[in-house]
Amino acid sequence: MKFPMYLDNHSTTPMDPRVLETMLPYFVEKFGNSASRNHAFGWEAEEAVENARKQIARLIHADPKELVFTSGATESDNLALKGVVEMYREKGDHVITSMTEHRAVLDTAKALETKRGIKVTYLPVDKTGMVSPNDVRNAITDKTVLISIMLANNEIGTINPIKEIGRIAKEKGILFHCDATQGVGKIPVDVQEMGIDLMSFTAHKIYGPKGVGALYVRKKGPRVRIAPIIDGGGHERGMRSGTLPVPLIVGFGKACELCEQEMAAESVRLATMRDRLQAGIMNTLDEVYLNGHPTQRLPHNLNISFAYVEGESLLMGVKEIALSSGSACTSATLEPSYVLRALGVGSDLAHSSIRFGLGRFNTDEEVEYTIKRIIETVTRLREMSPLYEMAKEGIDLKNVQWAAH
Amino acid sequence: MAYSEKVVEHFNHPRNMGSFKKDEEGVGTGIVGAPECGDVMKLQIKVQGDKIVDAKFKTFGCGSAIASSSLATEWMKGKTLEEAGKIKNTDIVQELNLPPVKIHCSVLAEDAIKAALTDYKKKAEQPK
Repeated sequence: MKFPMYLDNHSTTPMDPRVLETMLPYFVEKFGNSASRNHAFGWEAEEAVENARKQIARLIHADPKELVFTSGATESDNLALKGVVEMYREKGDHVITSMTEHRAVLDTAKALETKRGIKVTYLPVDKTGMVSPNDVRNAITDKTVLISIMLANNEIGTINPIKEIGRIAKEKGILFHCDATQGVGKIPVDVQEMGIDLMSFTAHKIYGPKGVGALYVRKKGPRVRIAPIIDGGGHERGMRSGTLPVPLIVGFGKACELCEQEMAAESVRLATMRDRLQAGIMNTLDEVYLNGHPTQRLPHNLNISFAYVEGESLLMGVKEIALSSGSACTSATLEPSYVLRALGVGSDLAHSSIRFGLGRFNTDEEVEYTIKRIIETVTRLREMSPLYEMAKEGIDLKNVQWAAH
Repeated sequence: MAYSEKVVEHFNHPRNMGSFKKDEEGVGTGIVGAPECGDVMKLQIKVQGDKIVDAKFKTFGCGSAIASSSLATEWMKGKTLEEAGKIKNTDIVQELNLPPVKIHCSVLAEDAIKAALTDYKKKAEQPK
């Protein structure tokens, strides 16, 4: 086993060596600008980009012409929301999204509210983190121009009923954007079947390079138009100017191709390891709680709250294993996870949560090691915890008068 | 931003972790913080005469909170009640190299010290 061990694959993934290999020629040898139309350097770069477009489009069942390359899913989310709102301003000024979206969607929506006077409805989620298609339907007004709901949540792994939501959007004639960053390459994604009109995703979550992502923009049924947020040369059919990062795109393409080939088997393997991790921890320790949907969740995700133990201290205790937590102490803003809060999980349990993200390069051995270390560390920290002591004495912590400052 | 070495040291080898019985003679207990905040510290002192002869802590919180309370028990042992009351959170910050975002852990530790001292004094004043 190699240390430190990496079990934080929702945050980013290591590049697959096969992906790196396909990228290398495009840095030093085939370094042309894909927009140079008049020489072989440009033509070979363009060919590489178009080939990657095909590979990426195949994974999501889209047409290659429907892909706009961006710097990543954050930019794609920005482009989708701002681009649609701007383009369809005459039609309306209302956007529907959910409370558990990634900050790239939430902060963009907030910016649209503040700076452009757009009205945004943030739909709640149920206790498992799922958005209700009925809530979407009921929130639609005659001014709604966009619905934006994520495919799968990055913290708790819950998979939303995208197909139903897509159907409602189509019925009501409203554009449907899906932030599919955590789902593409992990579960089957079909923009036709799911009724998706715009979709964000990125390379670095699927063993590709950081710095490149895409926005799928539907061309038929309906033809979606978006206003660009970056001007300057009109690349990507005027939707996103700027020289394309050819080597990154080549890597993105290869990463998608590998996912297409390996996803079925890989998702079964990861789900088995994840189930083993879950059982190993939850069948041994008491007062541990699963966050997110028990079955409608990403195969490689696990999110557990360990009562009476704070998340950052648990991470410190297993610092040879890379994980993440919903604790306030681990966030830049000192706020506990807003996703867990939206589920109705109490702040104390939000502070006690750990997210595990398995990936292509994790092994059964690593899972067994992690189970052992988590159990050891939680046990040790509970010995150190005044809350555990009080709970064992039979004190109901909810009735205690805390002297918080 | 890797963890500070001193914080990790206290975390791996906490000083004086544990509990005295709350109603034991000469024991003062301070509990500060709240579970919703992600920080709860319990600091206990055992006093003989006017000296703190022993101290114990238990903490629910991040590594810096654990280290701050562990350090507090280390510093309190052997001090008089008055001296212990002079321990400032800034001393803790300096000793553990706490970054700005973790300063509140040291503040909580100082509060816990004061709470333990107050509790001891209150109990000492009660008629037996």
